[in-house]
Amino acid sequence: MALLEIQGVTRRFGDFTAVDNVSLAIEAGEFFTLLGPSGCGKTTLLRMIAGFDLPDGGRILLNGEDLVGRPPEARPVRTVFQSYALFPHMTVEGNVAFPLKMAKTRDADIPGKIAEALEDVRLVGFGKRYPNELSGGQKQRVAIARALVTHPTVLLLDEPLAALDAKLREEMQIELINMQKDVGITFVYVTHDQTEALALSHRIAVMNGGKVEQLDEPSKIYGFPKTRFVADFIGHCNLFSGPVTAAADGTATLEVVGLGPVRVATAATPAIGSVATIALRPEKVLIQAADVATRENQYRGTVAELLYMGDVTVYRVAIGDAAPVEALLANSQAGRAKFFEVGDTVDVGWQAGAGHFIAE
Amino acid sequence: MPARASGRLNKWLVSGPPLVYLLVFFAIPTLIMAFASFRTPGEFGGLAPLYDESGKLDLNVESYTRFFSETVYAQVFVKSVGYALVTTLACLLLAYPLAALIAKSPKKYRDLLLLLVILPFWSNFLIRIYAWMIILGPNAALARGVNGALAWFGAQPVPLLFSSFAVLVCLVYVHLPFMVLPLYANLEKHDQALLDAAQDLGANAWQRFWRITFPLSLPGVYAGAALVFIPALGIFAIPDILGGPNDTLIGNLIKQQFLETRDWPFGSVLSIVLTAAALALAGLAAWIGRRQTGGGGAARA
Repeated sequence: MALLEIQGVTRRFGDFTAVDNVSLAIEAGEFFTLLGPSGCGKTTLLRMIAGFDLPDGGRILLNGEDLVGRPPEARPVRTVFQSYALFPHMTVEGNVAFPLKMAKTRDADIPGKIAEALEDVRLVGFGKRYPNELSGGQKQRVAIARALVTHPTVLLLDEPLAALDAKLREEMQIELINMQKDVGITFVYVTHDQTEALALSHRIAVMNGGKVEQLDEPSKIYGFPKTRFVADFIGHCNLFSGPVTAAADGTATLEVVGLGPVRVATAATPAIGSVATIALRPEKVLIQAADVATRENQYRGTVAELLYMGDVTVYRVAIGDAAPVEALLANSQAGRAKFFEVGDTVDVGWQAGAGHFIAE
Repeated sequence: MPARASGRLNKWLVSGPPLVYLLVFFAIPTLIMAFASFRTPGEFGGLAPLYDESGKLDLNVESYTRFFSETVYAQVFVKSVGYALVTTLACLLLAYPLAALIAKSPKKYRDLLLLLVILPFWSNFLIRIYAWMIILGPNAALARGVNGALAWFGAQPVPLLFSSFAVLVCLVYVHLPFMVLPLYANLEKHDQALLDAAQDLGANAWQRFWRITFPLSLPGVYAGAALVFIPALGIFAIPDILGGPNDTLIGNLIKQQFLETRDWPFGSVLSIVLTAAALALAGLAAWIGRRQTGGGGAARA
């Protein structure tokens, strides 16, 4: 049995359905992420798990026990808030001691537990400081230490890294992974940042419009998106749509405006004439000077735009009437910053197996 | 550095007028009063000439000696502090739930509710006190009800008007808005996320109030307490109109000295002691406030 079960949970605000019949099963010790754009219902779902909001329908079970009807203070669930929500009139120690005092921990045991919690988040020596004397990253750690000090069954994290700058965010991501591994507590993480979700999670539920679009491991979410929304939301993606003109031997052919027939590998055998989409990651597109090499899908175009990002360059190649095809090249070769310039005639191509077939 | 020079000029232009105002209408009168407290009362009231008949400078501490040697003044003083403390405490207990309620009510109603709190200011202070004479008067419903109930229990009837009760009720009534407004200004800024966090960490409603809301509202409590305590300490109109013979407060005493007894030096002594006591108490409150909120960010009033 899963540790945390969300069964057919629905939450409406007036005419708007924020969470629409969502069912999830989260295992013990899992780093589980709810990923989606703002307004997709991920935060509402998290607030219902914490107890700040109640579902209009469905059940939330923790260890098989229905949580509905238990107020937040009586749930063995802790939340790390986006704004940290540290108590400004208490020191770091005071903040971390707060849940211990609420849980009626013996006074003699409190200092030891505080020291342990601060050690876990690498904040030894900061106990006497007030929140306004801490940096963003330090505040974040205090919030985590405060939430973990009573060893909750589940830790909920609501966009905890959103307020940090990029460099610190990356560091904190690694720390979060290690911390979760060390304490072994189930993390339910909410974010709109797909890279963060991919880097941190064991499993990701991609949400859109109050529904779960796909629930999978990060590599599956990225490599095998089930819907057009997931493909588009997670990372950059070329999306080609069109009717299926042929399907045989594990390969389907789509008629795409501007490109003509595009072949893609698929395990299913789609009906001829049905509309489908091919999701193709830019890093799987080969871009080269116009030559004679033939791939299963190969098109000639001109470099319309390029985005030099340091380690990689993204090329947008215009091909006839088609939407520009994005290709990504690593700038790893010595002395080479860019391979092509705007206006160059290039060939872009990919094997049928590089794309991912999505039936509409 | 013309930019810096003009910045300095601007600073003086902005802070100059209030500074001049305070100097002319506060600092100088206070100094005049302090000076007067060392002079001799005039034969027919007011002040005796600064130089007596022999041309000697007539400055003495006789009025101070009188204040500190006769316990009756200290008693009036203690009584005044007591009334002011009771008023402050009663205002706090009444205003806190009210301010919290306004701060928690939907935004569109808040201005209306605040308007209702300050509505009494639209009519004259004295008229409002006289209104209490009617409310507490012996023939009003309140007195009849109270005395009816007392008679039912076999007790003697009590007059509500011209009593300490009347004075305290009116003191609280007059000063309540001064407690509500700073408390509201403070409570309105509280971050709901802190209460959510406290609840999430296991705090029940009472613990959330006592450990989060109340300590964070202390700057508002201190501001309100100062705004109520200090004027309540010096008030004379309310005990004059609604009080009985035992309700003479320090304010009444000062008024008496200046307008009836016409002993200006002694009135000045009383005023100075009152000002010093108010300042000392305000300083004490500020000091406690700073100590309790520590280095935290809670010191924002």
